[in-house]
Amino acid sequence: MSEVKNVRLDRAELLRFITAGSVDDGKSTLIGRLLHDSKSIFEDQLSSIARSSNRRGMQSVDLSLLTDGLQAEREQGITIDVAYRYFATPKRKFIIADTPGHEQYTRNMVTGASTANLAIILIDARKGVLTQSRRHAYLASLVGIPHLVVAINKMDLVGYSREVYERIRNDFASFAQGLRLSNIEYVPMSALNGDMVVERGDKLTWYEGTTLMDLLENIDIEHDVNTDDFRFPVQWVCRPQTEELHDFRGYMGRIESGSIRVGDEVAILPSGLSSRIKEILLYKHSFEDAFSPQSVTLTIEDHLDISRGDMLVKAAGQPQIKKEFAAMLCWLSEQPLDSRRKYIVKHTTRMIKGMVSQIDYRVDVNTLDHETTDSLKINDIARVVMKVQQPIVLDDYAHNRATGSFIVIDETSNNTVAAGMIC
Amino acid sequence: MSHRTFTHLDALESEAIHIMREVAAECTNPALLFSGGKDSIVLLRLAEKAFRPGRFPFPLLHIDTEHNFPEVIEFRNHRAKELGERLIVRSMEDSIKQGRVVLRSENQSRNPFQSITLLDAIAELRLDACIGGARRDEEKARAKERIFSFRDEFGQWDPKNQRPELWSLYNTRTHPGENIRVFPISNWTELDVWEYIEREQLEVPSIYFAHWREVIPRDSGLLPVSHLVQPREGERIEKMMVRFRTVGDMSCTCPVISQAKNVNEIIVETAMTRITERGATRMDDQTSEASMELRKKEGYF
Repeated sequence: MSEVKNVRLDRAELLRFITAGSVDDGKSTLIGRLLHDSKSIFEDQLSSIARSSNRRGMQSVDLSLLTDGLQAEREQGITIDVAYRYFATPKRKFIIADTPGHEQYTRNMVTGASTANLAIILIDARKGVLTQSRRHAYLASLVGIPHLVVAINKMDLVGYSREVYERIRNDFASFAQGLRLSNIEYVPMSALNGDMVVERGDKLTWYEGTTLMDLLENIDIEHDVNTDDFRFPVQWVCRPQTEELHDFRGYMGRIESGSIRVGDEVAILPSGLSSRIKEILLYKHSFEDAFSPQSVTLTIEDHLDISRGDMLVKAAGQPQIKKEFAAMLCWLSEQPLDSRRKYIVKHTTRMIKGMVSQIDYRVDVNTLDHETTDSLKINDIARVVMKVQQPIVLDDYAHNRATGSFIVIDETSNNTVAAGMIC
Repeated sequence: MSHRTFTHLDALESEAIHIMREVAAECTNPALLFSGGKDSIVLLRLAEKAFRPGRFPFPLLHIDTEHNFPEVIEFRNHRAKELGERLIVRSMEDSIKQGRVVLRSENQSRNPFQSITLLDAIAELRLDACIGGARRDEEKARAKERIFSFRDEFGQWDPKNQRPELWSLYNTRTHPGENIRVFPISNWTELDVWEYIEREQLEVPSIYFAHWREVIPRDSGLLPVSHLVQPREGERIEKMMVRFRTVGDMSCTCPVISQAKNVNEIIVETAMTRITERGATRMDDQTSEASMELRKKEGYF
């Protein structure tokens, strides 16, 4: 049963990506094409969109309807924030965060991008690099997405012209230089006809690079996380207090970066006390070592007072402990920032009171110019100074996504109103 | 740095364990919804991984339609006992007796009314979080739902007004009377679930495996014959080799024709199957394009 072996994914990796672009760039068609050509569309879904295409008077099946969502959206012809899609090839399992391109774009893209390994930025070959492409690239760099693929789509509408592709590629590259974006790949394609998405097609013979699917399957994501600095925010302390486990204290959490080995010396922050790792456990297993992003249970040699919100780190490469820090803040709520108010800040496994004590500038996401302002409203991005009630254990976001990120919660409504990246 | 491989199942497992521990730490009074179905069986193993050698920091809760397959109820009780964890059962029969659920006929599908019993149980037990086994690949309304899905004091889901969910910094805050549904396996597919069941050697109720059963072909599906489902005029009972892909209300959960007698064979079938799990097995999701969305808005899982 060799064919069957192919579909099994026992050893596959997980890659999360986001697609940036508007409906007009063919984003839905591209996602539909990836799902269709990787054979991830089920017959009942296909027949349902075939019926819809027919009803709307279309000749062939409109793949973009696959990402069509809720009744509320269909009635109003809009898309409600992030939808997640899944497909798999024998090499990898993929999670797409599909975000709509128009309204609330900043909020939605930042949300979808926060967990992504890769972003696909779609450009319409007829239009070239537009303001919105620059905005997408800026947001990708802000959220620190490790890999970027620029998909130059609708090549069929420019006669599959190599010159057009190269001009757009050069335009984008010169713009991206200023954003400190690395790892950019460019692929010319026609999502509509399927050229260079999963299959190469026969129109883009001059293009020597790989297809989009090849990139998605092979881009190295192992080195996306910080492998140097061990960070273990304690989520939960396990104290069974049963007869046979009378003195057991297990510190449960997820290794957010780096790795750990039995016998390693660790510091407990913010107290600064130190001990050694005694055991690394999970369920019935015990390990010699463990690495990010594993969820494990750690026990240590000494009896120390450790609770949720504390962080275990190694002696070398320690984080900072601060009550005041600079951050890029993305405002997500319809309710504007009130700089006199105290909010709740959730950072790693800690929730504390905090406030925005200063707004250095707001970024115009279209021109990247800095503007002065004394308030922030939905979709604004600004460099601010945050003040929190107690010191927190942090890293720069650029060095560590997990210990450099935080969310801001409105205490009255309990809504998540902002996302922050420490700088 | 270790060179042990970290597969997609490892990544999904670690994410789910992290989610469960966040619920335990930040919610005051959570429960884990356990039906005896495959998705909630996976949740139980994830809870073991998250909290052993301690006990679960929440009880198990089953909303029983009393239209369940007997094999599944037997399995539910046996598994809860084996784990030594507390199982709370709230039955729709009570909601019917109290006049909270009014059925048109005794044999009508009870799936749509589960919401009422669930909301009653949430109020009675003062739950502020319910951990459930829903997955985003099941249905398009689910695809847009957060991992921590906020419900207002009427238990309702508002798709247009969801909290943004960034990184893995989950907002677990609620006011009294409100609650959160938490879906640790949101990012899993049906295939991932079966691969995990195989890897962890988890026991599942026997009706997931191919067996001979009396069925009635109706509309595009097969309905299992029981005291709830009898042939209508012009319909014939047939005996077929079938298995169930989901285990819900006996009156509307359809088996599929299958030869898969063990988990490995189910994985092979699932990997090659061409119809979505809900499309194949739930008559109540086919009534309109938006049925799941409507049920969710009313407080369904």
